[in-house]
Amino acid sequence: MAQTLFDKIWDAHVVEKIPDGPSVLYIDKHFIHEVTSPQAFKGIEKRGLPLFRPKQTIATADHNVPTLNQHLPIKDQLSKMQVDQLIENCEKHGVELYGLGHPYQGIVHVIGPELGITQPGMTIVCGDSHTSTHGAFGTIAFGIGTSEVEMVFASQCVLQTKPKTMRINIEGNLPNGVVSKDIILYIIVKISASGATGYFVEYAGSTIRSLSMEARMTICNMSIEMGARGGIIAPDEITFNYIKGRTYAPKGADWDKQLANWKKLYSDQDAIFDAEININAAEIAPMITYGTNPGLGMAIDGNIPLTESIPNPGEKKNLEHALTYMGLNSGAALLGMPIQHVFIGSCTNSRIEDLRLVAELVKGRKKHDSVKVMIVPGSQQVAKQVHAEGLDRIFAEAGFQIRQAGCSACLGMNEDKIPAGEYCISTSNRNFEGRQGAGARTLLASPLTAAAAAITGVVTDVRELINHN
Amino acid sequence: MQALQQIKSSFVPLPIENVDTDQIIPARFLKATTRDGFGKNLFRDWRYEQDDETKPKPDFVLNQKVFSGEILVAGKNFGCGSSREHAAWALLDYGFKAVVSSFFADIFKNNALNNGVLPVIVSDDFLAQIFALTATDTLTIDVAAQTITIDSTGAATSFELNPYKKTCLLNGYDDIDFLISQKQSIEKFELEKV
Repeated sequence: MAQTLFDKIWDAHVVEKIPDGPSVLYIDKHFIHEVTSPQAFKGIEKRGLPLFRPKQTIATADHNVPTLNQHLPIKDQLSKMQVDQLIENCEKHGVELYGLGHPYQGIVHVIGPELGITQPGMTIVCGDSHTSTHGAFGTIAFGIGTSEVEMVFASQCVLQTKPKTMRINIEGNLPNGVVSKDIILYIIVKISASGATGYFVEYAGSTIRSLSMEARMTICNMSIEMGARGGIIAPDEITFNYIKGRTYAPKGADWDKQLANWKKLYSDQDAIFDAEININAAEIAPMITYGTNPGLGMAIDGNIPLTESIPNPGEKKNLEHALTYMGLNSGAALLGMPIQHVFIGSCTNSRIEDLRLVAELVKGRKKHDSVKVMIVPGSQQVAKQVHAEGLDRIFAEAGFQIRQAGCSACLGMNEDKIPAGEYCISTSNRNFEGRQGAGARTLLASPLTAAAAAITGVVTDVRELINHN
Repeated sequence: MQALQQIKSSFVPLPIENVDTDQIIPARFLKATTRDGFGKNLFRDWRYEQDDETKPKPDFVLNQKVFSGEILVAGKNFGCGSSREHAAWALLDYGFKAVVSSFFADIFKNNALNNGVLPVIVSDDFLAQIFALTATDTLTIDVAAQTITIDSTGAATSFELNPYKKTCLLNGYDDIDFLISQKQSIEKFELEKV
């Protein structure tokens, strides 16, 4: 029977199916970080259990870490305690840790792929909803809660109910100034922040095939923002070329063997999906959000919907609530609106290609006086590459502050926060109330759109800057 | 995990859609290394002015004494966003044993069930009926029968619950006990796979 890519990988990892219940799903790789793992380590210790497969577990510190002066002790005592606890737990249980100061340290969803740990056909979990990022490699990757982290510690398995499948086909060439972040924001706006709940989404079509691995990761990363359990893209030559030669990629005869298996990972021609959506890439413009969930967004030159035009009372109330928080008016345009901060980073857009895009646009230009710009590479390796390519000089000349690897201002947990009431154009993934700090107002956009606003100090259509070049 | 069979309680209405886990428990409160004590920061930024516990926002439902109970009733797509299980811990620690909504985000739903907090999915219409009730009204949730009843009107509806999860809830079993019992098949699977 014709199978979807998702079904092929899922079926190959089911240890057992409980009648009328979930499946025992085997997990190939388990990424952990300091915030969602301590209670799980305590859990197995309390039960007197060993960590079942420590060699399949990889740890890093990212959420809580400062992004300046990482060589100094962490000032925030609670953050320090959590990071120290991770070090202790990893030592005790034999888990490889890429902690602060390690050349491989970085955001968990940046380092997995860049080290070649993430490979096609795998099942990958992490106590972090953006684990969907790894799906760009043709893996089943999804975020789990801490009880599930404990399950994987105890048994290298999770109990999961098989989700439904959805395929989103995107065809055609992307217009000028439109990048992969705009594709995923466009999709989320189209189907809403809950439009894919209960589904695992495969992204397909000529537009997806033409994207680099890093661009594909940005798309899979935000699958969770429309409620999807995960996102997946069939691996191809672009995937294989990306993985080849990386630190933990298979080598020699093992590479040939794996490659042969990876080439079987695609949805069969006649495979049936529970839902299917078709998108024409030509319709996508640079996107920006105006609300407090990623589904509340629009083309950069659009107008915020009129609240009175929304028929559903729940949605109308939701929009009113969001606009009050954001300090924005129903029906207004965003173009030309002053912003105070630009944040370029996070597991969505902190990879070298993102930073190259930004550098290309800002080269020879300066940031606007009224804007603070933070640029936070996703990993130590990305930071090293930024330096090697001289991008750091371009950023410094533009007046951007380059910080060290971590989740930074994506989530208002570490020192990097946006002050209450101020606007930040952010390349991250969530514009929830308080996400970047209590009272902070987040406008999600692509690295290009963020860079454009850094230069002008206002919400800007990047196409105007590009055409002007 | 504590067994959960029946809840009969008044409820706390939160008629807001897309309540994300960042609202349930903001990231700056995730720095603990235990599961305890998250309840005091539940809905922190909706509950207090300027992050100050001495300045409760009077309009927020948790600050309105007339509303109390073990059941939270919320708008659709409750628990979206971050996978933080701290959201379920915060609800449980505050005293909620069930959340009623017309739609839940997947990860939150699993996290809630893994902590004995029951997500009860009802129709938009039934949800509207609950929001129309008064603060003194009570709801009865019967896990074995998979029903939720508005006690004053007798209106009742059934809700979905995976039979495996139902057994776990009714008996207070957790998934780890089950998975450990599967160790032999897991090891066999590993050998065959490689």
